[in-house]
Amino acid sequence: MTNKGIVLLAGSLLAGCVTINIYFPAAAAEKAADKIIDEVWQLKDGAADGAGGAKSDAPAAQPKPTK
Amino acid sequence: MTMRFARVLFLCLMSIATLAYAQADIEINTPAITTLKNSMQQRHNQLAPHYASGAVGLTRDAQIVLRDANAVPLPQRQAVNSLVGAENQDRSALYREIARANQHPEWESEIRSTFAGRWIEKAQSGWWVQDGQGGWKKK
Repeated sequence: MTNKGIVLLAGSLLAGCVTINIYFPAAAAEKAADKIIDEVWQLKDGAADGAGGAKSDAPAAQPKPTK
Repeated sequence: MTMRFARVLFLCLMSIATLAYAQADIEINTPAITTLKNSMQQRHNQLAPHYASGAVGLTRDAQIVLRDANAVPLPQRQAVNSLVGAENQDRSALYREIARANQHPEWESEIRSTFAGRWIEKAQSGWWVQDGQGGWKKK
């Protein structure tokens, strides 16, 4: 195990880090997207923090038997 | 001497790896993102009736489009066009900002396609959404 071996080990570990870091976190992105969409479309009561009176609740006005 | 150096180096690298792994989360709490979100939230009240009428639909590339201008009374058409344009500008800026806030500007297109799927998934029934081939269907 010489200096060359150490450099090789360090290099591969570093490459491992980079691989982890550039990988797109799809599940986390989906969660983040859901959170933003819920707020923009006011889908959860939790979105009341900045929205003020959530008057635009739009209750399913008339349950028409649409096909 | 060499072994000690190797051990220190190893520990350093391991902690970097752990840090990188722990950051596999998406940052969305920045002032720029919050501003865009609020702007879109306010616009939504004006857009919602047009989603419901089918005039405006959700595209497969995470934008919106005036897909049936005839569903909008002529005097309102220009206003709806402006709403759609402003919304698309905010949406594109949002995807770009999220990518940037996470130090990966190159993630923008993946973030956009993630949003495309989620907007459509969460759309109310009766709204028009675009499928993978570009065709329109009513949810």
